[in-house]
Amino acid sequence: MMHRKVVLRVVSKFLIPPILLFALYVQFHGDFGPGGGFQAGVIFGSGFILYAILFGVDTVKKVLPPWATRLMLVAGVLTYGLTGVAGLILGGNYLDYNVLAHDPVHGQHYGILIVELGVGTTVAAAMITIFNVFAGQPGGD
Amino acid sequence: MQGIVDAFKPLHDLWLAFEAFMVGPGSPGLFGYWMVIALMMTGFYVVIAHDNLVKKIVGLNVFQVSVFLFYILMAKITGGTAPILAEGIKVYSNPLPHVLILTAIVVGVATTALGLALVVRIRNAYDTIEDDEIQAVEEEEDR
Amino acid sequence: MTAIYAYFLTLPFAAVIEPHLPVLQVVVPLLCAPICVLLRHAKLSWLWATIVTWLVFFIALVLLGKVLAGGLIIYEIGNWPPPWGIEYRIDAANALVLVIITAIGAITLPYAKASVEKEVSEPRIYLFYLMYMLCLTGLIGITTTADAFNLFVFLEISSLSSYVLISLGGSRRALTASYRYLVMGTLGATFYIIGVGMMYMMTGSLNMADLATLLPAVDHTRTVLAAFAFVVVGLGLKLAMFPLHTWLPNAYAFAPSAVTVFLASTATKVAIYALLRLVLTVFGGTDLFNVTHISLMLVILAVIGMFAGAFVAIFQKDVKRMLAYSSVSQVGYMVLGIGLATAAGVTGSIVHLFNHAVMKGAAFMAVGAMFYVVGSVRLDDLAGIGKRMPVTTAVFLVAGLSLIGTPVTVGFISKWQLVQAAIELGWWYVAAGVLLSSLLAIAYVWRVVEVAYLQAPPEGAALRTEAPVSMLVPMIVLAAAAVWFGIDGDTTLRLAGEAANALMGAAQGGKP
Repeated sequence: MMHRKVVLRVVSKFLIPPILLFALYVQFHGDFGPGGGFQAGVIFGSGFILYAILFGVDTVKKVLPPWATRLMLVAGVLTYGLTGVAGLILGGNYLDYNVLAHDPVHGQHYGILIVELGVGTTVAAAMITIFNVFAGQPGGD
Repeated sequence: MQGIVDAFKPLHDLWLAFEAFMVGPGSPGLFGYWMVIALMMTGFYVVIAHDNLVKKIVGLNVFQVSVFLFYILMAKITGGTAPILAEGIKVYSNPLPHVLILTAIVVGVATTALGLALVVRIRNAYDTIEDDEIQAVEEEEDR
Repeated sequence: MTAIYAYFLTLPFAAVIEPHLPVLQVVVPLLCAPICVLLRHAKLSWLWATIVTWLVFFIALVLLGKVLAGGLIIYEIGNWPPPWGIEYRIDAANALVLVIITAIGAITLPYAKASVEKEVSEPRIYLFYLMYMLCLTGLIGITTTADAFNLFVFLEISSLSSYVLISLGGSRRALTASYRYLVMGTLGATFYIIGVGMMYMMTGSLNMADLATLLPAVDHTRTVLAAFAFVVVGLGLKLAMFPLHTWLPNAYAFAPSAVTVFLASTATKVAIYALLRLVLTVFGGTDLFNVTHISLMLVILAVIGMFAGAFVAIFQKDVKRMLAYSSVSQVGYMVLGIGLATAAGVTGSIVHLFNHAVMKGAAFMAVGAMFYVVGSVRLDDLAGIGKRMPVTTAVFLVAGLSLIGTPVTVGFISKWQLVQAAIELGWWYVAAGVLLSSLLAIAYVWRVVEVAYLQAPPEGAALRTEAPVSMLVPMIVLAAAAVWFGIDGDTTLRLAGEAANALMGAAQGGKP
């Protein structure tokens, strides 16, 4: 492990919070500039993966246990899907955001924001799960 | 700062000359598409010719990336900028292929992860990731 | 069908739900699948999956009724009008295919419970049903969508989940089979998007109906020619068209029995539907059919496939693998119908799609039940199985007769239709090929029958040990369907005829 690599440990501790913050920026600024759920999810996941590389998969699992990533995977997909269903219940077609708010522009706004949040959650969880599973292989450390 | 840029100027000129040679004067031409074909064939060759299962996945990735590049090239419009609404800009690149290829990239990631996971389990089961050795074992089993 | 639609309209909220049925068909299994991850319990997730798939089957029946009563159904996702938005479009062709895949999906689940508990380790069972529902979602999506790129996305959803399903098989061979399928399947899907990309370059559209109207204007360009080739080869890989079939036998032979039943009766069928849709509807208005001589190529490959598959099947020692090779041969019949490219030929293709799903489903279910009891399906181990498992073997016999094409079974209806279509064009050799390859089918079915009925059971084998009732009932239902639709061929032929008209008629309408 990395007990003696002081530089890496300190630098990573400085880096990980900005990485997570940047992921959130990419996530929520996605409807004004380049960005969106997938990119944000990957960046968010990479923060955890960096931590796992330096401090071991088990340490990350203390912060984010497997049941939590599983829950995130499911929650993300359901957020996306249920947004579509919400449009359907409110009288539009599936994934019709126009009906989500009193006027279509706001509706589109909310719709894409929620959907991208779902995408981001699932992608982040998927990235972390994939890394954890591969790195957690016996003899793979 | 300017000094650094100037230092790389000869290299840049060389690249421009190479590009002009490949592309021909005036138009953006087909240079990118030639690169797509080169990448595609490289990836395809690796998938077919290599016995190592991990290398096959790498080849598959190169093959898929060539398709991503293909879509992005077709979205490029000469003089067009990034497709974000802004004052005073008239020509945008076509954003649709970008979105399509984002989907394809996600699919590619999933395929790669699944493929590698299978390779890990194949290694645990067969103690090898060489296709020819696995095939030899399997032919023995079939007999 | 129309009765079911009428019944649906009497249900509460029917008027609200009714216009959204095309999308619910896809969304219900998609959103219900992740719930399995939360359940994480073998029996509960089985129950959940069963409820969901039967619900989806019901929706498919209602949709077919609606299409038969009122024609084309169009659904715009997110209210974006086509060609900008993704459009779901259900006509007689995909309504029929939807009913086939959801019916098989629904009837496999009761069968799957016992079989999966035996073949898949307990902690992975919930994963099995998760992937099963995702695979069903993908297959339904391919069938419903009218957007060429959306089709790719659903193709990959169904493929990725079927790789996982196959790898859940008991032996280590399942892993390599799944890996090889993954490589081939990904190549096929990537070929398909290259083709779609080229079409998009030339037309700026991804909507199938829109493409059908725009492509004829540019069909002399090399880009569209290449697009056509890429699409046909890519989908050919997915549907196991003869020289591209190498992934299929091992994938079917080493997957868990329930997966084999499901994939053999749905996955290749949906790929054939996609090929029909692309070749006949999207490229239907273009001149490419004549320019490329695709008909001739498809017919030649189909005939070679019919013979090669059946011939190799004769020499298999493992019954599951034998049936897998028989699938290669049967896919040949379906491709043959596409290659003939007449209304009669396409009708034969679609009717065989339905019939093969029924009979191969029954055959693989019977073999899965034998595996459940005996623990192996090698011919040597099945000696006297006809005495030990009379019902299961009888089901296999009916399915086998149908594979041969004996009258009174479904196999006869579709082969007769194909032979007629070939003769109509004056292609006597092809008609003779269909008949001769059926003789090869007699050979491989006979090998099983001989072992099952004419050899004595091994010493000490328990007498009369049938599989559980939950496995017997689905296979008896499928075998009965194989006979029922073999006697009453008119219903399926009429539906398939309408489907063929929908596929080819759209092309006629697409002509400028």
